[in-house]
Amino acid sequence: MSLQPQALTPDYRSSRLRSPSHKLLSLAPGAGELTGPTFGHDLIGPNDNNLIINYAAPGQAAIGEQIMVHGHLLDGNARPVSNALLEFWQANAGGRYRHKKDGYLSPLDPNFGGCGRTITDADGYYSFRTVRPGPYPWPNGGNDWRPAHIHFSCFGVGWAQRLITQMYFEGDPHIPLCPIVQTIADPQAIDSLTARLDMAHTEPMNFRAFRFDVILRGKVSTLFENKLEGN
Amino acid sequence: MTRFQSASQTAGPYVHIGCTPSFAGLENMYGGHDLGADIFSPDTPGTWVTVSGRIFDGEGMPVTDAMLEFWQADSFGHYAPQGGSEGWGRRAVDAQAASYSVNTILPAAVGDEAPHINVWVVARGVNLGLHTRIYFDCADNEQDPVLAAIDDPARRSSLIATRDGDTYNFDIHLQGDKETVFLNV
Ligand SMILES: [Fe+3]
Repeated sequence: MSLQPQALTPDYRSSRLRSPSHKLLSLAPGAGELTGPTFGHDLIGPNDNNLIINYAAPGQAAIGEQIMVHGHLLDGNARPVSNALLEFWQANAGGRYRHKKDGYLSPLDPNFGGCGRTITDADGYYSFRTVRPGPYPWPNGGNDWRPAHIHFSCFGVGWAQRLITQMYFEGDPHIPLCPIVQTIADPQAIDSLTARLDMAHTEPMNFRAFRFDVILRGKVSTLFENKLEGN
Repeated sequence: MTRFQSASQTAGPYVHIGCTPSFAGLENMYGGHDLGADIFSPDTPGTWVTVSGRIFDGEGMPVTDAMLEFWQADSFGHYAPQGGSEGWGRRAVDAQAASYSVNTILPAAVGDEAPHINVWVVARGVNLGLHTRIYFDCADNEQDPVLAAIDDPARRSSLIATRDGDTYNFDIHLQGDKETVFLNV
């Protein structure tokens, strides 16, 4: 079963007119696919990975359950991907995005922007602090609600590893109901997008921790044997 | 080993919050500077041109929430010879017309590949980011292995930007009669 979603997934209605109908053209990776942009740690400000305070007024904080999300960025051979830029975005605790186009009636939190970023360390490790996002309704033809989720944008070593995905929370009853999650046919692949409660890193009387690893395609030298399976 | 790769999920309509926060309306996030605004620093040698276009769905409607990323060689045919992010850029398309525009230098050929800009497309409704390439109608594209692998001349032309003065036009069609050739890289 394919690990990657097909382009056309009719239950997710937006895919109907935005999915190429031709098969993707396969090519052997060359210089452009095996290289990619890199970003220095000096890019990252001290609060870039703390969504609780990085948009808040001085002395204020975002409203919601405080959590830490952490894990490793790995390649398909389980090797850490170090010095890679990760960007995150999410709705606030009430399920509302700070975006011109989000008209959901749940209120904005004046102290929550909803974006963050970090660069993985030498072990491929990352972490960020945030509030747990709320589920939200979306127009898809029925009574559709997204499970609580955090969007991840991930750079690897090579351009061919570029990935955007979403992280879900263990136990969310909306996961099996969501047409976007269900664009992925393989239940194990869905399971690997689901963060686990991590009591070992949960700080008493402070915040809960969730563990989430992101696995990019094989290390660059093996990309050719490790084709995307989504076409 | 291919079992273990994270599945892609759509970037959704609010990708801008994470990737181009100023565009999303978070004016002061990260010092107000959206990453990838400049593909090359202004003193980079080469022929500076503008590449612009629009992105459309299978019914010809503008895809107003798309984000595009670009990755290209410099005028010597090297990808980021100094390391870093020179040669990489990012644009949110315009929220009404789905148009984009970047200033960049014409890349040189790399090996047997004709000069091109690698493009990555994400949007609501796109489950897996789409790779394509911008070639240039002024260049010698005859020997390029990717273009040569496309049998239908009309489809081949979907990858070739057309020159109009200092501007090259490159539209992207996600589906339909004019569908752009997308690549499994
Ligand atoms: Fe979302």
